[in-house]
Amino acid sequence: MELKEISKEVRKNILLQIYSAQSGHPGGALSCADILTTIYFKTMNDGDKFVLSKGHASAALYAVLAEKGIIAKEELTSFRKLNSKLQGHPSLLKLNGVDVSSGSLGQGLSVANGMALAFKLDKKENNVYVILGDGEIQEGQVWEAMMTAAHYNLNNVIAFLDYNKLQIDGSNDEVMKVAPVKEKFESFGWYVQEIDGHNFDEINTAIENAKKQERPSMIVANTIKGKGVSFMENQCGWHGKAPNAEQYEQAMKELI
Amino acid sequence: MIATRESYGKALAELGEKYKDVVVLDADLATATKTIDFKKKFPERFFDIGIAEQDLMGTAAGLALGGKIPFASTFAIFASGRAYDQVRNTIAYSKLNVKIAATHAGITVGEDGASHQALEDISLMRSVPNMVVVSPADDKSTKWIIEEAINYNGPMYIRLARPATEEIYDENTKFELGKGIQHGDGEDATVIATGVTVAEALKAKEELAKDGINIRVVDIHTIKPIDKDLIVKCAKETKKVITVEDHSIIGGLGTAVCEVLSEEYPTKVIRMGIKDEFGQSGKWNELMEHYGITSKNIQEIVRN
Repeated sequence: MELKEISKEVRKNILLQIYSAQSGHPGGALSCADILTTIYFKTMNDGDKFVLSKGHASAALYAVLAEKGIIAKEELTSFRKLNSKLQGHPSLLKLNGVDVSSGSLGQGLSVANGMALAFKLDKKENNVYVILGDGEIQEGQVWEAMMTAAHYNLNNVIAFLDYNKLQIDGSNDEVMKVAPVKEKFESFGWYVQEIDGHNFDEINTAIENAKKQERPSMIVANTIKGKGVSFMENQCGWHGKAPNAEQYEQAMKELI
Repeated sequence: MIATRESYGKALAELGEKYKDVVVLDADLATATKTIDFKKKFPERFFDIGIAEQDLMGTAAGLALGGKIPFASTFAIFASGRAYDQVRNTIAYSKLNVKIAATHAGITVGEDGASHQALEDISLMRSVPNMVVVSPADDKSTKWIIEEAINYNGPMYIRLARPATEEIYDENTKFELGKGIQHGDGEDATVIATGVTVAEALKAKEELAKDGINIRVVDIHTIKPIDKDLIVKCAKETKKVITVEDHSIIGGLGTAVCEVLSEEYPTKVIRMGIKDEFGQSGKWNELMEHYGITSKNIQEIVRN
């Protein structure tokens, strides 16, 4: 199947989970769906690791794992319910397939660095892939980890910024300006590329470029929050809200 | 006389030979936490993360996920306070094999004052699920606990002190994780101590014996999981139960003992420690006197 086709299924899985739970974060899950699909279906080799640092996009990770066959599709409706493996935010002890637990923002990059250091110590060629949210980089620890990755030349860390420019209370610009992101990352010693985060060729090319670098890579992926569902697109109101029956039906129709 | 942080540094450097997966991380305090010895011997397995304790804990978590046995070292105040969320959410929640070696705990930090004196760290770390909390009292017990930590799979908070204190144990002492060590079998009182206060309690035991007052001292080197059986046994066998710690009386050793006794064998417990206040600057032994956790203070409480 083409990545484009898989990502459609991933989006449907995302909506199914959030609709079933009547809880979750559709906006930011839909915005990173194409990146996640590419990482899991095209990029990752055996032993590579993935960190969903913006853990609230858990539905996107589970959606991809379901398409990969790592979790059963029937399990998706247990999302966020009592005794489910599909916790609100990913938990590695609850679900095989989650490489790193996340949820408290700003911590994933540090963990990725640690795994990358372990790969280097063991002389393994593996990479660690990370997705960060744009609101998330308001957390100071992200910048501590940016320094660490550059300091130790962790060229096996390849991170994405899911740059949809919206967060809970409004746009990044309104809440806490993060721009200019490219210049910030560059000044921290990272190799930075800027792409369309919904264009599979661009995502793939950026990853291939990143693999050739001698330093850590940040791929600033311009994305659309709620991508794929017309009424959710670019609406910060859909950050953490579940669709009702009518909205769910409409959304699923759009994804056929 | 040797500080438990010194013993920690020596143990790491020594055990680093035997255990190749041990890696050490520090936050620009290697000369103070004594990880410097390991750094010199195994530079490729030592990572300075800079003055960034949150990143320190996260990076250690990643190394643990990569199969390493990381010791993340910094002062107790930063390990348990500054990086609490990282310890809770990234390390403990996933039961990652990270050893948090927290030096300079308690008021015995001394001159640096309240901002650097962790008086709540036992309380914070004890309440985190999956976390084992240990607080060795001397050189031998520290060296033992470091090797134990390497062999134990899971997160562990190791509380270490700045000042040099008396050596208590020798090569023949048998230590066991989760088991307290009873000194003597006096029935006049049980003094339960941990870390730097164990030596004080033992001194008090000696002094009191001169006056015919016979107490026993229990070294609780493992605060979590705590040795319930020994605590209950001692409460049953003695007239008084006293706890003494270089920590707040809220949430620390004293509270842990009260939790055990209130459920298993209701007993009055006198908690000696820092009484819900911040510390201050001063020499470490002056501070112990000021806050009332020395041998003399213990003797007074027993006599009363």
